[in-house]
Amino acid sequence: FLHPPPSWDVEETLKRLQSQKRVQVIMVVNTEGIPIKSTMDNPTTTQYANLMHNFILKAWSTVREIDPQNDLTFLQIRSKKNEIMIAPDKNYFLIVIQDPTE
Amino acid sequence: MCPRIRKKVQHGSKNAGTLVWIPAPPFSTPREGKMAVCHPEIYPLVLTTQTQEIFNCRIDEDVTDEQPYKLIKKEDIFADFQNRAAVSDFYPVRKVIQEYPGDELLVVYDKDFRYGLNFYLIGTEEGKENYLNPPEIAEEQEDYKEHIIEDLYVYRPPVSKPWVSLGSEKEIEEESVKESTKQITYMISRKRSKFGAPIKFSDQNASSVKDAYIECTAYPDRNFTLKQLEKDVGMQVVPKVKDTSTQTRWTYPKNATTQYYPREFSEEEKEIFGQSKTLSDFLNNVSVSVEIALQQNEIMNTFVDDWKCLAEEESTFGDKTDTHLKEYQSFTDLHNLKEKMVTSVSWHPTIYGLIAVSVAVRLSLEERVHFSGKLLLQPSLILFWSFSDPIHPQLMLESPDDIFCFKFCPSDPNIIAGGCINGQIVMWDITAHADRIENIKTGGSRSKKATLKPMFLLEPDSNKEATYIRHCAVSSIENGHKKVITDIHWLPDTFEINRMGSVFENRSGICCQLVTCSADCTICFWDIRPQKALTPQSVEKKKEENIEIPFDVPSTFLHLDLSWKPLIKIRLSKGETSLDHCPTKLSLNEDSLCKSQDKVLLAQSKTVKAGEMNPYYNLEGGLANHLKPIEDFCTKFFVGTEEGGVIYTDWKMERDSETGRLMAKKPVNLYTVHDGAVHTVQRSPFYKDIVLTIGGWNVAIWKEGISTGPLLQSSCAPKKYTAGHWSLTRPGVFYIGREDGYIDIWDLLEKTHEPAQSQNICITMITYIKPWTFSAKQQFIAIADYYGTLHILEIPWTLSHPSTNEVSSMNYYFEREVKHLEYIEQRKKIRDQEKKEMELELEKKKTKTYQKSKEQLEAELKMDYESYLELEETTLINLGFLKVAEKMSFMDL
Repeated sequence: FLHPPPSWDVEETLKRLQSQKRVQVIMVVNTEGIPIKSTMDNPTTTQYANLMHNFILKAWSTVREIDPQNDLTFLQIRSKKNEIMIAPDKNYFLIVIQDPTE
Repeated sequence: MCPRIRKKVQHGSKNAGTLVWIPAPPFSTPREGKMAVCHPEIYPLVLTTQTQEIFNCRIDEDVTDEQPYKLIKKEDIFADFQNRAAVSDFYPVRKVIQEYPGDELLVVYDKDFRYGLNFYLIGTEEGKENYLNPPEIAEEQEDYKEHIIEDLYVYRPPVSKPWVSLGSEKEIEEESVKESTKQITYMISRKRSKFGAPIKFSDQNASSVKDAYIECTAYPDRNFTLKQLEKDVGMQVVPKVKDTSTQTRWTYPKNATTQYYPREFSEEEKEIFGQSKTLSDFLNNVSVSVEIALQQNEIMNTFVDDWKCLAEEESTFGDKTDTHLKEYQSFTDLHNLKEKMVTSVSWHPTIYGLIAVSVAVRLSLEERVHFSGKLLLQPSLILFWSFSDPIHPQLMLESPDDIFCFKFCPSDPNIIAGGCINGQIVMWDITAHADRIENIKTGGSRSKKATLKPMFLLEPDSNKEATYIRHCAVSSIENGHKKVITDIHWLPDTFEINRMGSVFENRSGICCQLVTCSADCTICFWDIRPQKALTPQSVEKKKEENIEIPFDVPSTFLHLDLSWKPLIKIRLSKGETSLDHCPTKLSLNEDSLCKSQDKVLLAQSKTVKAGEMNPYYNLEGGLANHLKPIEDFCTKFFVGTEEGGVIYTDWKMERDSETGRLMAKKPVNLYTVHDGAVHTVQRSPFYKDIVLTIGGWNVAIWKEGISTGPLLQSSCAPKKYTAGHWSLTRPGVFYIGREDGYIDIWDLLEKTHEPAQSQNICITMITYIKPWTFSAKQQFIAIADYYGTLHILEIPWTLSHPSTNEVSSMNYYFEREVKHLEYIEQRKKIRDQEKKEMELELEKKKTKTYQKSKEQLEAELKMDYESYLELEETTLINLGFLKVAEKMSFMDL
């Protein structure tokens, strides 16, 4: 039978993610766009959270509108300087910024 | 009308009409009062005392204020006339008196001189009467006026008098209305019964009753008919215009602002969240996918456009197959460059098309001594050539002796420092001629003859236009180098050094220090700023001040002239032996010291100074004493020597513990790599720690910090290498000049064992190569040869334009080479190890052989013999002399 996934500590999980190569920033934001945890300074975190929040909602509504059975699972924005990865959820969003391989 | 009372008016006018006494108004002067009075019958008189006695009108006796008049008989006056004739006072008014009707004349004493004289005569009876009578009234009125006390006013009712007609009846008559005709009265009557009866009106045609009406018919009167033949009518086409209006509501822009702040959770709330189970569940769910995504990026870059990376840039300029250097121009000064060779070439840092060339006579030392007399006559020059004029040099800088190396100052291209064959540093300042070389017109305007004349026809005067510029400072002969200066560099303007070799920040923003190396085995650092004068120098200075300086030499470096001493002198000694290293070329670490903040400060200070004069005119002493030395600056540099060695040494001086003097540190590394004198030691323009050294018959590339050896060392070339330079735009390309006039172009990405290309430039040895970039499309290379000609060639696109990723490819190459060297080192160690082991084994083996017994020997011999037999058999079979034994068939079994 399937074992329930081991419930890691929040801090541990975040540390593990942070230790991946070239990860710059990790943020946890609630559904309203208010940051909960972040590895960056507060003003920048707030800015990112606000901007990402709009984007996530837009993407989510787009996916749902095309097919209501569908749901957004992952969002990646690739830019010249970095890559922003967003994992949405019912209650929170996890935002990770990574330096791309170039 | 009013006679002037002052004159005695002679006319005896007898006024008809009443004489009215006008009392004289109280004027300011009595004379004015007299003038206002008009009395024609008053005759002013002067009565002398004698006359007064005769007529008993003496003043204040007979004639007083109360009675100022006197009646004088006419007969008396006539008697006086007879007695005294013209002398008589009455003589002037004689006629008046004669005509006087009465008997007695009134003479009035004019006490106030109202009429101008002391007496006056009244010439008429009426006047007399008036005087005698109304004077009371006049006096009364005068008194009335003088006393201002009102008398009682007696009311006299008006008395009716008969009306006197003055002619107004006529007007009244005219105005009054009179009946002109008699009025006619009519009486009309009617029967009483008819009054008030109802009236009936009825219509009646006017024409039916005769004479009921009188008509005045209209008839066309021909006199008044006018036929209008022409009519002037104006017409205008007008668009239909309609006026409408509406009222709109005008919304005007209004500034509105909102201030907001983002919603944030407080720390405690964040903590609560952090502990909540939902968060940990979420993270657990999500972290897996996130990790996958993160690692994906690590594995491969999915967004790489492979096609793009594969292809080279399509926008090439020019033919891709064209890889040769194209001849652009060549400069030879036929007049000055007889039997001279070019020693150094430098492009002007800012001006397009301007290149400077230093020339020297190609004689060995013995020959120089032999021909020294002749050499003195020929000036040693640095020539400035411009693309626009291939025949005449633009400027010629004079120096005391042949220059073997020179450099433009990076901060001010008008300052040039050169190293002389006699060991002096020569400085030029061409600021005065800067505008000349900046605006160079084509050579046509200079020479009157358009065609190129053969050499024997060229007169020396045709070069009159080019000016000789004398140097403005030379270094001290005793304290400087003793032999030819082989290399000279300006230290970058970011740092400066002091006597100890410690590095300080250069606050002045200009290059102010030089480093030279010379054949007398020393390297000297020089400072062009005036040093603080010590007292013993004052005597020497005075002597030198008497030397007259030509007026056209700028005084920029006057403080240095002939007294310039080096800051640091480093001797490259080989240790105990007396022979020292003879440096030929230097390459300094070009580590720019400043971080970004300092750069801003320097930029600011530079802009401040830009407004002032050229900073080279205001050189101050170095600030090295005030600033703290910079610690982690790399003070090491590469030196190439005459013997073919490459030395990596330090310029920082240290105090020798025994003698207490400043000594140079021992070189860090010394490599003997080249077979001949190293003539090129150059850092790559792309990598700060890659150095190219060329000397003798081979090339070496070094990396600073790797002390095991060069990264690349080429094999011996067929011809000797005499000049070389990195390419300025391609990191893997460098040019080498050979002694047979060929230029080898090496491309490290193509081949590393031999040059990629070879091209012939000239017939003689190439002495100097210097490429220069003017634009992305135009890159030139200046190649100087032994016969004094400077060739300018254009570098084709393929050689000037780097391929994509060339820099990183070269980087990888160098890294690989570094690893290769490390591997070699390790292999060396392993080899040593192996060698040791082998030796040990050999040792062991040697000891073992003596222990072998006889039986063993025999067995060994037998085995050897058997193996030999086998060998013999196989050889014979192979040769075909023996047949292989047939195998027994299975049938036989």
